Amino acid sequence: MIGGGKSLWALWLLCSLMLIGYFAKPLITQRDQGVFLMGEMTHGHHQIAMECSACHTDPFGGKEILQNACVDCHGEELSAVRDSHPKSKFTNPRNADRIEKLDARFCIACHVEHRLDKTNAMGVTLPNDFCFECHQEIGEERPSHAGMGFETCASAGCHNFHDNQALYEDFLLEHANEPMFAEVAKVLARNAQDYRKTEATPLTADDADGVVVNQEITSHWLGSAHAEAGVNCSGCHASETQTKNWVQHPDHQVCANCHEQETAGFLAGKHGMKMGLGLPPMRVAEARIPMHPEAAHKSLSCSSCHEPHRVDTQYAAVEACSSCHASTHVQNFKASPHAQIAVNKPDAEEEQVTCATCHMPRTVAPNGRVSVEHNQNANLRPNEKMIRGVCMDCHSLSFSIDALADPELIERNFSGRPSVHIPSIEMSLERDKKHSEKASVYN
Amino acid sequence: MKKAIAAVSAAVMLTACGEGASKGIEPKVYTDSLFSVMKADRTNYTKLIIKRLGPAGSSSIAPDEHWEDKANGAPLPAQMFRFGAEAVAEMTDDFTYSLQSLWPVNAQNGPRTDVEKAGLQYIADNPGENYYGEEELGGVTYFTAVYPDVAVAAPCVDCHNGHKDTPRSDFKLGDVMGGVVIRVPM
Repeated sequence: MIGGGKSLWALWLLCSLMLIGYFAKPLITQRDQGVFLMGEMTHGHHQIAMECSACHTDPFGGKEILQNACVDCHGEELSAVRDSHPKSKFTNPRNADRIEKLDARFCIACHVEHRLDKTNAMGVTLPNDFCFECHQEIGEERPSHAGMGFETCASAGCHNFHDNQALYEDFLLEHANEPMFAEVAKVLARNAQDYRKTEATPLTADDADGVVVNQEITSHWLGSAHAEAGVNCSGCHASETQTKNWVQHPDHQVCANCHEQETAGFLAGKHGMKMGLGLPPMRVAEARIPMHPEAAHKSLSCSSCHEPHRVDTQYAAVEACSSCHASTHVQNFKASPHAQIAVNKPDAEEEQVTCATCHMPRTVAPNGRVSVEHNQNANLRPNEKMIRGVCMDCHSLSFSIDALADPELIERNFSGRPSVHIPSIEMSLERDKKHSEKASVYN
Repeated sequence: MKKAIAAVSAAVMLTACGEGASKGIEPKVYTDSLFSVMKADRTNYTKLIIKRLGPAGSSSIAPDEHWEDKANGAPLPAQMFRFGAEAVAEMTDDFTYSLQSLWPVNAQNGPRTDVEKAGLQYIADNPGENYYGEEELGGVTYFTAVYPDVAVAAPCVDCHNGHKDTPRSDFKLGDVMGGVVIRVPM
């Protein structure tokens, strides 16, 4: 009997130790922490669900800890889009009564994670009429808004909570009467070659210093911008940042030696966010949006889209996307008016529209260098973020607002005309007419 | 026992002395001082930058509400003041300040609390005077001071009178256009 009791105690101890180990291991290794997941993750963060410490940076601390994590990843972007509702708008004590109802000082007031079942568009976990809390008098201040439902403020193509760069009233007025198509519809021309850090002599086949001579690879490399810029085989395969030894498959850190900005964008978007946290690359099979089953085994790195020796940006701009993505929008691209430009004007590269034209647009730095935004999520949601940086290169503001507010048109990949019209420009013009500027009495 | 009582009494007295010594500056003097710095900077920005370099001066800058969208855009004086208030709020909780008005261009900058309402009305009715009060907001008691914000240059008057969102369009130079509200938690 006594022996049986001891055995039970030993079994209890063993089970307890195993249980402790089961929970302690992910805490100690900071990996595979899914055991602590308290609910399904939203689309924005599901890739990093097992990396609890990405957001819960400190086990001791409250909302501030989470807020810092939000700001670490999203703060720069919010500043860049001139966030209409930064924390600073809510910190003054005069807003104490407001923050009791909706504490907008913290991201998690509106974006609660682990509650996929209660998550609406844009990752918002509040009822869609949340604008009411602070703007309930808008109908009196702006009679044109009287009777409009508060659930329509941010869902009807008129306003966004954070990014209103293309929607504010004076911008609407400035671009009120533009033709639907720009006279010269072009995207920014490439000019990266003008900004190379060092002058380099293009390399020839004799210069190739690869350890294995492969005629096909050498031929591809010779036709690439790498050979033209003097980047030899060893430039990537024996990069100083990794090792002097030959590296068969250089990773994104090697690319970042020269393409720092592009790599940073890649790591910030959904293609690279796992690698950005030091996790294994995102696999197509993990995606929550429609993907081709035959691509399920692929994982995402720079070379997924940029075949490393050819560096074919044309492939990267369309075929690379459609080889994985299988949404109706993507499948309708080939027949779209955007895609037809390349068919009709094969030599007019700056007039052609690819997937990347809209989702990875070219941007111009203050020094004039044109580069490609490699965070394809940067302008994706809300889609009005595309208006200034993409749509208005070729289209009027009015057309752009309407087109992006029409989900069916988006699904058809913009074949046809918008079936909805957002009257925000007309409303602005009407208000402007009633309030002519008063002349100065001093000048 | 007597020694213990004496020691406790001494400690209480010392603590009391310490409290007296650490009382520091009166809230009114504190807020008055803060306001004098704010007013000086605000007036200088308006007169030395906006008036001198804006449309009525050299035209080298374009003061504009949406200044970030203009290559030569510069923040309006009221925006510059608000940016200062926001930057201060990032640095300290020891005081906060804001620019408000009974006739705000942005309705969100109208008075919200009873003290704000009373204070803005008082400084509008009594030019040159300040208003001081106490209020409890979010469970914290504040010393709240309201100081007049006066139209010091033509651009102030022109911009506010001509703005399509202004509830008042007859401002003149020297008028009280609004107030600076400074709060100190007690």
